Amino acid sequence: MIEVDNIHKSFGDNHVLKGITTRFEQGKTNLIIGQSGSGKTVFLKCLLGLFEPEEGKICYNGRVYSDLTMNEKRDLRQEMGMVFQGSALFDSMTVEGNVMFPLEMFTKQSKAEMQERVDFVLKRVNLIDAHTRYPSEISGGMQKRVAIARAIVMNPKYLFCDEPNSGLDPKTAILIDNLIQEITQEYNITTIINTHDMNSVMEIGEKILFLKDGYKEWEGTNKEIFKTDNKAVTDFVYSSELFKKVRQMYLEERN
Amino acid sequence: MNYLEAIGKYFIMIREVFKKPTKWPIMRTLILKEIDELIYGSMGIIIFISFFIGGVVTIQTALNLNSPFLPKSLIGFATRQSVILEFAPTFTSIIMAGKVGSYITSSIGTMRVTEQIDALDVMGVNSLNYLVFPKIIAMLMYPFAVAISMFVGILGGWVAAVFGGYAPSGEFIKGLQLDFDSFHVTYAFIKTIVFSFVIATLPSYHGFYMKGGALEVGKASTTSFVWTSVVIIILNYVLTQLLLG
Repeated sequence: MIEVDNIHKSFGDNHVLKGITTRFEQGKTNLIIGQSGSGKTVFLKCLLGLFEPEEGKICYNGRVYSDLTMNEKRDLRQEMGMVFQGSALFDSMTVEGNVMFPLEMFTKQSKAEMQERVDFVLKRVNLIDAHTRYPSEISGGMQKRVAIARAIVMNPKYLFCDEPNSGLDPKTAILIDNLIQEITQEYNITTIINTHDMNSVMEIGEKILFLKDGYKEWEGTNKEIFKTDNKAVTDFVYSSELFKKVRQMYLEERN
Repeated sequence: MNYLEAIGKYFIMIREVFKKPTKWPIMRTLILKEIDELIYGSMGIIIFISFFIGGVVTIQTALNLNSPFLPKSLIGFATRQSVILEFAPTFTSIIMAGKVGSYITSSIGTMRVTEQIDALDVMGVNSLNYLVFPKIIAMLMYPFAVAISMFVGILGGWVAAVFGGYAPSGEFIKGLQLDFDSFHVTYAFIKTIVFSFVIATLPSYHGFYMKGGALEVGKASTTSFVWTSVVIIILNYVLTQLLLG
């Protein structure tokens, strides 16, 4: 579980995060949504420890990040997995090399043990024949799956995903969403996804945090988002006709 | 003010490079890979340029020594001094700033643009140590490349002198041995080691701290080449004054 208490982050005069307080539950898929410039990426980077907030605290299963020593922060980082928007796979390494990289860097496992773990996670993300291929030789969807495999290979407690569906066709996007949700439940991970994809919001948003201009505007589940009358949320989520109709049908069904 | 900030940031980067080292088995592989990319991969261009520069120095010296009172051995002497003192260490380093420097800036810059450096940071890897330290160590092999450049440069001079009819082989070799001061070679290697550090770190700095996309990677490579060359030229002056002045 990650608890965020009143965090503020500025870059010069630009006050990006203005006192966000929330809680991300373990074993649940938590989504951060909001318009471009709302502070989603800065918030995610604060949660990852890449940016340090000027005010407020972030607590990881009882450990306050700002109170940790350098070594404790490093240990905490190894409990985190991250799936980047563009996958961020190392071009010079094969798929297998990318997934094995964290094991080589941070564990004392034998080559055979590492190989066994890599085979297991690649199988888990449904990539069986791609071990020796380079990132440039595989599709965007496969790259995302490799990125997920690399993120979970160290058995993380926290999984962060920055727009995991961007640039993918709808079918692959749904596969990636489902895969992330399955992994979250299977390994009881605290997963936080930064997304613009409303399909993801409807499908896997067990908790949704809506940011607007650096403030927390709304939070709730994917069921509650159908019922909310918060104008900022409805304007953002139901901006397309399709989602307006989906909402209408949902509400009619409920009545 | 921006320049001062950049200089400060560069030295902070250097300090970070030597902190929190990467595991040795991984680092060893990275160092060997960088030696292959940076040094072995540059040998072709170094040999090619050195051979012809040596030849040109010889021809120009010969054409300017048209007095019958001056011995032909001076052609060999001038070639040796020019190649050992300046052309091999400094000229080759400028070439390396272009070839290796651009490679370093663009490869690290691309990693920045594609979030690969962020991925390293998120994992808890010291990205500066992982990316820059192997390049610094690999560039310690650069004096060997310069030694080859010296040999090939003088060989190029000999070929030009003998086959161009500017000086007989015996006279040229006599000039090569004339008043030889071994400290000149030491001076050249001291310069080379300093330049190798600059060639490894300045382009890394430009790549690591670049912002933007593909276009900015190209711009960073150009800026990196310009600044690496400028710093080499200034250090060349300072070191020459300190060591030979």
